[in-house]
Amino acid sequence: MGSTLSQKVWERHVVRRAGGEPDLVYIDLHLVHEVTSPQAFEGLRLAKRGVRRPELVLATMDHNVPTNEEPAEPISARQIAEMARNAAEFGIVCYPMGDANQGIVHVISPQMGLTQPGMTIVCGDSHTATHGALGALAWGIGTSEIEHVLATQTLAQPTPGTMAVTVDGRLPKDCAAKDVILGIIARIGTTGGVGKVIEYRGSTIRALSMDGRMTVCNMSIEAGARAGMIAPDDTTFAFLEGRPFAPKGALWERALDEWRSLPTDAGAAFDREVKIDARELRPYVSWGTNPAQTVTIDERVPDPDALATDARDAARRALRYMALAPGTPVRDIAVDAVFIGSCTNSRLEDLRAASEVVRGRRVKDGIRALVVPGSMKVKLDAEREGLDRVFQEAGFEWRGAGCSMCLGMNPDVLRPGERCASTSNRNFEGRQGPGGRTHLVSPTVAAATAIAGHFALPADLR
Amino acid sequence: MESVRRVAGRALPLGRADVDTDQIIPSHWLKRIERTGYAPGLFEAWRADPSFVMNDARYRGAAILLAGRNFGSGSSREHAAWALLESGFRAVIAPRFADIFRSNALKNGLVPVELPDETVTTLVAAVERDPTLEIAIDVERRTVTAPAAGVSATFPLDDHARQRLLEGLDDIALTLRHERDIAAYEARRPQWLPRVR
Repeated sequence: MGSTLSQKVWERHVVRRAGGEPDLVYIDLHLVHEVTSPQAFEGLRLAKRGVRRPELVLATMDHNVPTNEEPAEPISARQIAEMARNAAEFGIVCYPMGDANQGIVHVISPQMGLTQPGMTIVCGDSHTATHGALGALAWGIGTSEIEHVLATQTLAQPTPGTMAVTVDGRLPKDCAAKDVILGIIARIGTTGGVGKVIEYRGSTIRALSMDGRMTVCNMSIEAGARAGMIAPDDTTFAFLEGRPFAPKGALWERALDEWRSLPTDAGAAFDREVKIDARELRPYVSWGTNPAQTVTIDERVPDPDALATDARDAARRALRYMALAPGTPVRDIAVDAVFIGSCTNSRLEDLRAASEVVRGRRVKDGIRALVVPGSMKVKLDAEREGLDRVFQEAGFEWRGAGCSMCLGMNPDVLRPGERCASTSNRNFEGRQGPGGRTHLVSPTVAAATAIAGHFALPADLR
Repeated sequence: MESVRRVAGRALPLGRADVDTDQIIPSHWLKRIERTGYAPGLFEAWRADPSFVMNDARYRGAAILLAGRNFGSGSSREHAAWALLESGFRAVIAPRFADIFRSNALKNGLVPVELPDETVTTLVAAVERDPTLEIAIDVERRTVTAPAAGVSATFPLDDHARQRLLEGLDDIALTLRHERDIAAYEARRPQWLPRVR
């Protein structure tokens, strides 16, 4: 029989199991940000409860912080101040705006070595599965559950199901980790992972860097999955070793022994298995308003009448919203804005890849192009390599760390009707600002699109 | 949380699939630090269109939302459940819910009722024909009945979730009854696990 990676992590965290009740599981790390937590802290105050393990909680500010020199607008400022007040009152470490450790919550925790294999990690944010790239079981929770974790350091939840997505083969040269996950979602759909933890396996996944693995796990929720994970291996251990919160000395050796016991046993069975040949993947561009509505850059905007019956209505509505005509070649679609950033694609490797494309070139006239590093550390590291100059000389704005235009909670928003090539994770209606039109792409496609003015691959540029 | 035994009333036939929580409550509403005040933000962008079903006066006062597959996908924002409750909805009927939305709904006493595609389609069509049609949801018996639409069905709800709805239990108080189990687990956690401070 044997167990899967996610089952092992779950089992090792069961605090209490009783018939007819969901398991009570222990949470090793609780990440908190300013947007979904204020009502949870207020709940604690009203019930006169404290935070059980403040040393297992990390707070930062990312969702609505400004990423330029402007002060936060008043409502955001109030929320940001509330985060600082709650952290101080309950004894929680918080990295505020301007702090060297500040950044998108899913970027800073792995970067500091807080995210480790075999841990349970939760955050009031649906992209928490990002941490699964290191072999942690990490998932998004609502505000009531945030309050529950703060008060008890546990969660009672139904045991998740298991799913294997195996990607084998050499990835085409112009494809990135983003295209792997967009290709997976195109195949399994927005509900393909509901109720389950997806374990990404296979030679293609093994060959990805940690930054790439985080991109893949990040979008698990876009396939409806509770979480996404990749078994820890030497790539993982090399990434972790020496990071500030990684175990040291004898503890490192003991941790390694434990981490090496985590991968799925040979005989373990998954509830669902999907196999994908990496050689069939291409760079993807979304045309619709959910992340499964994608085509490859070589294709055309689909005709709703040619789609499956149950997908037609949604496709028609999406095309109306996106102001796209069926049959339009994807490369003919011109954009108004380009956003490189978000917890999906704002790490150093993403910025390096995009900068190589724009080096010595100019952003097409009239296009607003933003690069928003995922953390202050990513920003500094990139500046040390001179990437800031490459982007700025090409006509990109170079910003501070935050979620920025991924979800339009700070002043970085699309204007109604504007079309954006975005490295973020969601192309929902109005996601980047009311009336805005989002196309999900990889960092290199975003960069090439900024130069060409319409969707393009780096190889398309002269 | 208040206890919920039964939800009965008229329904709003939204019917769309993949309704994400950004549509249910757009992100600019999430800058608030309060737990209330979200009703005006419910489906804000869609409500700007006069032909949107929620603007149809015949559906005013509906207690049940009829939605398509994968309702509540995307962001974990619990504000989506708060906005629906504040707008008078006590239950959502859909062929499938996104996991986090389902969990958030249960924490707040908003009943997520999963019914087969065909049954939801039947209900949507019936309510579109007759906006006064009544639907009754019995949490204890896990049933949905709408005689005028010819619907009598059961829906999945595990015993624990059902009990919590029926009794309106405080989850944190329930968990704190097991404080000794939590402390015992903490005593055996491996030493290498990180502490933020």
